[in-house]
Amino acid sequence: MRKLIQGWSTDRIELSAMIAFLILSILVFAVITPNFLSPGIFRSMAFQLPELGLLTLAMFIPIIAGGLNLAVTFTANICGLAAAFVVQKFLAENGAAALPIALLISVTIGLGIGMLVGAMVAYVVAHPILVTLGAMIFLRGLGELLTRGADISGMPAVFETVGHGTWLGIPIPMLIFLIAVAICFYIMQFTKLGFSIHMVGSNPKATMFSGIDVNRVLVWVYGLSGALSGLAGFLMLARFNSVRVGHGESYLLITILACFLAGANPFGGFGRVLPLAVGLISLQVIASGMNLMGASQHLATAAWGGFLILVMILRAPFQSKT
Amino acid sequence: MAEYALRAHNVTQKFGAFVALEDVSFDLKVGEVHCLAGENGCGKSTLIKVINGVNKPEPGAKISFYDSDPSSRVTPTDAKSHGVHVIWQDLALFPDLTVAENITFDSFVASPFAFRDTTRKIARASKIITRLGVKLDPNAKLGDLSIAKRQLVAICRVLDADARIIFMDEPTASLTRKETQSLLAIVRKLSADGISIVFVSHRLAEVLDVCERVTVLRDGAFVGSYPTEGMTQKKLSTLMTGMDLNETARGVQDFGDTAIELRGLSRHGEYDDISFSVHRGEILGLTGLMGSGRTEIALSLFGMTQPDEGTILIDGVPVTFRNSRDAISAGIAYVSEDRLNLGLVQSQSIVKNTASTVLDDLAKPSYFLSPARLTALCNNWIAQLKTKVSDPHLPVSSLSGGNQQRIVLAKWLATNPKVLILDAPTVGVDVGAKAGIFEIVRGLAAKGMAIILISDEASEIHTHADRVLILRGGKTHQDLTPSSVEEEKLEEMINA
Amino acid sequence: MRRAFSSAEGILGLLIVVLAVFLTISTDSFASVQNLFDLLNNQSVNIIFAVGLVVVLVAGGIDISFSVAASVVQYIVVTLLVSMGGGNWAIGLFLAAATGISLGLINALFIHRFRIVSIIVTIGTFNLFFGLLMYLSRGRSIYTIPDWLYSRVAIFSIELERGSATLYLPVLVMLFMVFATWFLLAKTGFGRQIYGFGSNPDAARRSGINVALIQGFAYGWLGLCAGIAGLMQAHIVREVVPNALYGRELDILAAVVLGGAVLGGGRGTVLGSVLGVMLLALIQNGLNLLGISPFAFKMIVGAIILGAITATNLDRILPQSRKSAKEGQNNA
Repeated sequence: MRKLIQGWSTDRIELSAMIAFLILSILVFAVITPNFLSPGIFRSMAFQLPELGLLTLAMFIPIIAGGLNLAVTFTANICGLAAAFVVQKFLAENGAAALPIALLISVTIGLGIGMLVGAMVAYVVAHPILVTLGAMIFLRGLGELLTRGADISGMPAVFETVGHGTWLGIPIPMLIFLIAVAICFYIMQFTKLGFSIHMVGSNPKATMFSGIDVNRVLVWVYGLSGALSGLAGFLMLARFNSVRVGHGESYLLITILACFLAGANPFGGFGRVLPLAVGLISLQVIASGMNLMGASQHLATAAWGGFLILVMILRAPFQSKT
Repeated sequence: MAEYALRAHNVTQKFGAFVALEDVSFDLKVGEVHCLAGENGCGKSTLIKVINGVNKPEPGAKISFYDSDPSSRVTPTDAKSHGVHVIWQDLALFPDLTVAENITFDSFVASPFAFRDTTRKIARASKIITRLGVKLDPNAKLGDLSIAKRQLVAICRVLDADARIIFMDEPTASLTRKETQSLLAIVRKLSADGISIVFVSHRLAEVLDVCERVTVLRDGAFVGSYPTEGMTQKKLSTLMTGMDLNETARGVQDFGDTAIELRGLSRHGEYDDISFSVHRGEILGLTGLMGSGRTEIALSLFGMTQPDEGTILIDGVPVTFRNSRDAISAGIAYVSEDRLNLGLVQSQSIVKNTASTVLDDLAKPSYFLSPARLTALCNNWIAQLKTKVSDPHLPVSSLSGGNQQRIVLAKWLATNPKVLILDAPTVGVDVGAKAGIFEIVRGLAAKGMAIILISDEASEIHTHADRVLILRGGKTHQDLTPSSVEEEKLEEMINA
Repeated sequence: MRRAFSSAEGILGLLIVVLAVFLTISTDSFASVQNLFDLLNNQSVNIIFAVGLVVVLVAGGIDISFSVAASVVQYIVVTLLVSMGGGNWAIGLFLAAATGISLGLINALFIHRFRIVSIIVTIGTFNLFFGLLMYLSRGRSIYTIPDWLYSRVAIFSIELERGSATLYLPVLVMLFMVFATWFLLAKTGFGRQIYGFGSNPDAARRSGINVALIQGFAYGWLGLCAGIAGLMQAHIVREVVPNALYGRELDILAAVVLGGAVLGGGRGTVLGSVLGVMLLALIQNGLNLLGISPFAFKMIVGAIILGAITATNLDRILPQSRKSAKEGQNNA
């Protein structure tokens, strides 16, 4: 076994370890709970995972760029609110058009918010934690002001097909998530932007000296993050048929947890999309498994926290501090 | 009164199968300034760590301090009690604490629950500062100080701890000529006070200037201990590398057209009315004390800053650079003097570093950045520049200084520049590796590249530059052909 | 003088003064003793959190699990007290301190022993503690707390025209914690060690600093503060609500960072943290008194944080006059 692994790159080892954990968790729950390995369970997981998944992708890219985006959940929230508002006000009758318009609004507003945040991080040279913290509080406040705490609901029936429908047996939310994963994977691995994001995350000054436009990269990093958050907001709207301020806020720390679980370097520069996807599935497996066992979501949250620490402990001997 | 502060013999240090030191000897007289010389990896740091107690050598070593009996190893407590202190190159100081707090830091460790008496600490620090005869504000925050001043704080700190044997690791690496002279004066003062100093430095000229003896190590072996009287840089460098590095001076060269020209370039507070031109195939030396504007001019040529007046012409066409991207597309490449922090992204792979300047080209035509293409580019340059790389996907920090510098060159040569600006390209690079880098540079000039070499080592300028511009206070002071004067005279002119 | 005002504490102090003056002019009730006493009473818990957090930040780490830890301590301590028949302040404080310190040391253990980065560990413990708390408590609040904890303890009272204004026990506890932390950080050699470790951990190691002690102390102290703050919270609201403090950690972090602490370590003061909390509190108070819709609060606070960040970074955005920059270089 050791001989087999010796030739592998660290990335491959990392991914294999993540997959091994996933298989292990599935096996554990398959043994503990009788009905775990059923299509119904996998289907419900495939419906639940994408919201968290999209938000995690939204968190992941800024982490690789050496920052953090604490505003992902409230960006998603405000995008969902905006889309729901427009649909309810103007498109309640016109179901068919409502869907793509809602999607467009969510993603575009998310992109816009993200780019503003990115501009602030880049040009004001302020710490991303502070900027996104301020943005998060501001966006939450904005949402509260606009909705006065009430929720917006009553989307046209067509939203249900997105929120609860399947295509070729695969839940549509999962399809959306997989497409997002593919796009992020492509960007991070095979484009100039992705390349630059890694370099900026490790050393922005040296990257600037290489002729890469660091400020533009940062704007796009947070823009992309915002767009993904917007997409998550849209998905949540489709799933729950309503939006309220604060919806999904408890996801925030989980997304950060998932990124570190996947091996993202907290100081930036390193992290890969595939282990992230695998890590997310593991988290979902744990949650669904525990749910099936009758444990509440809270216990699953605790399990996630413990899981993260356990994984980090197991990784400790292999870490080289960069 | 002992004659020797330290005597070490038969010191062998192994790390597993790797022999870092083999049967090495080292003597240090009381009040002596002694140089420990050798290429990177020859064992200097290992030897220092044996003496300050961090490393435990193989049995059979005989180490004694002053009049003590020899023992086979030094414990950290032993070393401290004999006043052995090491000032490593990173200085190990605390940027957020004040000068006084840095100097007296050991007292915070020794008595943590004592009431922090700021006045007493300042008084104590001031006493040491005066003793050293330097100007330091005890209340200044360390992070606000220049590197030269920080160095002084580091020295004060070891003096506060009653140091009697001080090891200084590359103390002058980041200092200007003037600052170096001040430091060497202090070293002499300390030595006159009976403190023994071991100098580890790449700068052979300084070594021969301030040290009385030099011990040379090569690949873990003891080559010899020599008095510096009568020693020359060439002899010393031969001893260190084991090779005869005969660097031939540049003969008269044929140049092409003017590649880059500066006319009356000025930037307030940095440089004033700079005019010169560099032809294809020419190596122009730009030198002068730090603060004379050399790097500042280079940064403007590279688009990182904008001049207030004057023109830059590339191939006879006036250009303006809003940023480094503009400069790069115009054919300018800049190898920064700060290789560690600005020249390379240390934690990223060699491939990524090499490719970082030519991403647009690599992504053509479909915006798809193929990893295979990146690796191919990198391997190509590694071969061309004869760089020793075991795996291009390893972080660039895994390479030696000389090889790292080759990667920096690779990354810039990949942009196919017309003008290559080299800012202090051989700092922290071994004597042997230096020659290799200049071989590459000369080859580039021969192929028609215009080269601007910024350096304050007179020997480098003398050997490699076709013409040299000596700057002072941001203005051109002198413009001459280096080979027309003796190297020593050139050195004088630079430091005048 | 100029140096005093260019520091984060100086700017904050100035902002607070300006804000206070503005609010005194534009509202009737801001400058009243009643209002100011209320502010102090209500901010005690936040200030205790803040002085605990600043120690961790100065040491170069970060901890976002402390408000959850406070909730856990509340729950455990009150449950224990009720089961042992009531107890008293001494026992209560002791239990709160001990439990809090233990939770903090759990963080320190993972950070030091396994060399895991503090943000990762504390996100893990945040979820672990919160999940377990909510699960084991079934989300239910404890409404019956011991009598001594329930009754208000006035420590200072002023007679006014109408009624009186009172400062309560939490303010005293808060002042004690502020003083203790300040003394520790600013007046002891150990405090210098903490600053040194945050400033340059490698140099600190080589100077013979006991890293385990520094980290254990920093997270332990924050745990202590969290525990005490938790107990105070239960005392103030007179019940134990497991998720009442949820989300508080980011607000406190914002306040402490506004107060001059940096995420890299080595900088930050107790004064700055207190000022940071008070500034945000004044803003909230002012908005309240000015009759601005509560729905706009968070938005305004967020905007102010963003504004404050821009203001403190102004010197990096605006092009510096090159002459002064060069002077700075030469004076160094």
